[in-house]
Parts: sequence; structure tokens; C-alpha cells
Amino acid sequence: MSDKTHSEHEAGGHGHSRWLAHHFDTPEQQFFSAKLGMWIFLVTEILFFSGLFCAYAVYRRNYPEIFADGHHFLDTTMGAINTAVLIFSSLTMAWAVRAAQLSQKRVLIVCLIITLVCAFAFLGVKYQEYHAKWEHRLVPGQARLEKWFGVSESEGPVTRTDAGFHPDRHYVDEKIQKYSNRKLSQAELDDRAKNLGPFFGIYFCLTGLHGFHVICGIIAITWLLVRSLKGHFSAEYVEPVDCVGLYWHLVDLIWIYLFPLLYLIH
Amino acid sequence: MAVNMTAAEAAHSDDPKHEGPHVVPGATLLGVFAALMALTYVTVAATNFDLGHLNLWIAMGIATVKASFVVLYFMHLRYDSPFNGFVFVVALAFVWLFLAFVMVDSVQYQPGINKLRLEQRQVDQ
Repeated sequence: MSDKTHSEHEAGGHGHSRWLAHHFDTPEQQFFSAKLGMWIFLVTEILFFSGLFCAYAVYRRNYPEIFADGHHFLDTTMGAINTAVLIFSSLTMAWAVRAAQLSQKRVLIVCLIITLVCAFAFLGVKYQEYHAKWEHRLVPGQARLEKWFGVSESEGPVTRTDAGFHPDRHYVDEKIQKYSNRKLSQAELDDRAKNLGPFFGIYFCLTGLHGFHVICGIIAITWLLVRSLKGHFSAEYVEPVDCVGLYWHLVDLIWIYLFPLLYLIH
Repeated sequence: MAVNMTAAEAAHSDDPKHEGPHVVPGATLLGVFAALMALTYVTVAATNFDLGHLNLWIAMGIATVKASFVVLYFMHLRYDSPFNGFVFVVALAFVWLFLAFVMVDSVQYQPGINKLRLEQRQVDQ
């Protein structure tokens, strides 16, 4: 091991790589430490998300009918497009890591730009979806949010009922009735419309937290792009690209589970 | 290592002693991408069939196959230090433990909660 790294240093032409921190003996040691650190961070992310997945599991186990109703309000096509966009961005990110390892500067830059474009496309589709939910008043506590943001139609201070779930009943009733095989009574419709609240609570928490990770990914990839334009990365120094890549793949990984759990309920 | 090597990769590993991080072949990345897209199509198509409880398990099975592809190839775990893989698998074990305990608890107490709720409703009326 030490023999090999010694010869690598000499081949590099400059006894010490510019990016080798003083507390590491070799670039390889630095690389494996960075990767281990990144994996431990990813593990905390998985455990962090597992709390929300747990909430999902408990609600779905105990109230499956809420999820059967709720998923009719999500657009499967939009979800599928976003899945494809994220998978493609994962490919370009993996290719960016490969380009950095092979010191292909231009390929690296192009791959990072495509990944960024995909990330923005994902958020764009997500915005469309959230906007439609907002229009139909499907956001729990929407009345309170509207008062906070100053876009409420009603006057006065925030009341207790503002915090609740008050969807556009005309839209909701029509949709629930459409997927029912019999005529539903008003009491049944009241009940089922009210029960959409927990579904959208879970939906916005899960996709919102995921969307926040996409935004963090955009910031990290932009940072990589700036550094790769400065020519910082090469076969000798890839760990920032590799670690951001791992983070981006994790964002994809979470979405791989979110998509069937929220959109594809039979 | 010698198999599936492009010219650039071969140049990169001129030094026979060189054993840096593994470079995933481009064909492998494209293959994984194709598999992920195909599985996404399958999982969407599978929703059209009513298989009762099986639907959820099929969807989760496909998602897990997709996740394995991403983790093994895009995230390099197949070529990486086994310790990183160990860290990841231990995390999954703890997630499973967390979900399992909560579900056991929930299944145990839900009938009681339902009963209480029914009684409360009767009192309200």
C-alpha cells in the first residue's frame, strides 16, 4: 500500500497533491475517509426519512381507505415524468463521477449541467402539482397559511378552524363520487372529504422534505459546477464529485419509494 | 479490471500498481439506466391490475430492485470498500427494526382505540 502511493506521488510530479489535507497521509486515505463520512451522513438521512415512512405505514395499515381515496387526487403522469427525470439525472450524475475519475473536464461540466437542468425540471413539475393542490384547497391548514402570507380573502385574525383541512368540496365530492361504484350520501362524502386531511398531511411532509433535499442537491451541484469550471477536479481529486453524487442518488432512492407509495395505490 | 476498459481508462491505469477508486464502465451505467426506466414502466403498468394486497408488495418489490441497482452501480457499493456497504445495511436493519416495533404496537392497540372512539361517539349522541 505505502509502496504504491509513494510511486503515485512521484508520478504526479508534485510530491503533494494540492487538495490533500495535512492530516491525511495519502490521497487514497483521504478518499476513503471522505466516502465513509458521506455514507454515515446518508445513513442519518435514511433514518430521518424513516420517521415519515413510519407515519405513512401506521396510517396506511389502519386507514387504507384514506389512501385509496387520496391517491385519486395525485397526477400519476406528473409523478411518472418526475421519476424518469430523476432517474435520468442520476445517470448523468454517475457519469459526472466517472468523467472526474478519468479527468475528462468537459464531460464532467456537461454532465453536471444536465443534472442541474433535471433537478430544476423536477421542481418545476412539483410546483405544478403543488399549485393544483393549492387551487383546490387541499393543503392542511391552508386558511392559516393564506392569512400568514396576506393572500386570504377573509378578514380578521387567525382562528382555530383556519388550522384545519377545508378542501374545495365541490371538486372533492365530485372526484370521490366518480371513483365510487354507488351513490354516496352526504354524510359519507363529509366523512371521506375530511379524511383526506391526514393523507395530504403525509403527502406534503414526505414530498416537501424530499423537495427540500432536491434544493440542497441543486446548491451542492452548483458548487461542484463552479469548482469544475475552475478545473479543480481530476483523477487525483474526485471526492467532492463522488460525495455529492452519493447524496444525489439518495434523493433518487427516496423518490423511488415515494412514487409507488403515494401515486400508485390500487 | 482489464475487461470493458476504454482507451482513456487504460491510459488512466498505465501504472500497473495503480488501484484507485473503481471507474464504472459507461455501458454498465447505461444498462442500469435502461433497467430503471423499464422497471418504472412495469410498476406503473402493474397498478392497472387488481391483485388485492399483492399490489403493494409488488410495487415495493420493484422499488427495492430499482433501489438495489442505484445503490450497487450508481452509488458504487458493488466496487466500494465493504465497510461502507456494512454501514448501509446496518442502517436498513435499524429502519426495519423501527418500523417493525411501531407496527406491532399499532396493530396491538388500534382495536382499543377504535372501540374508545365508538364509545365516545355514542356519548356525544
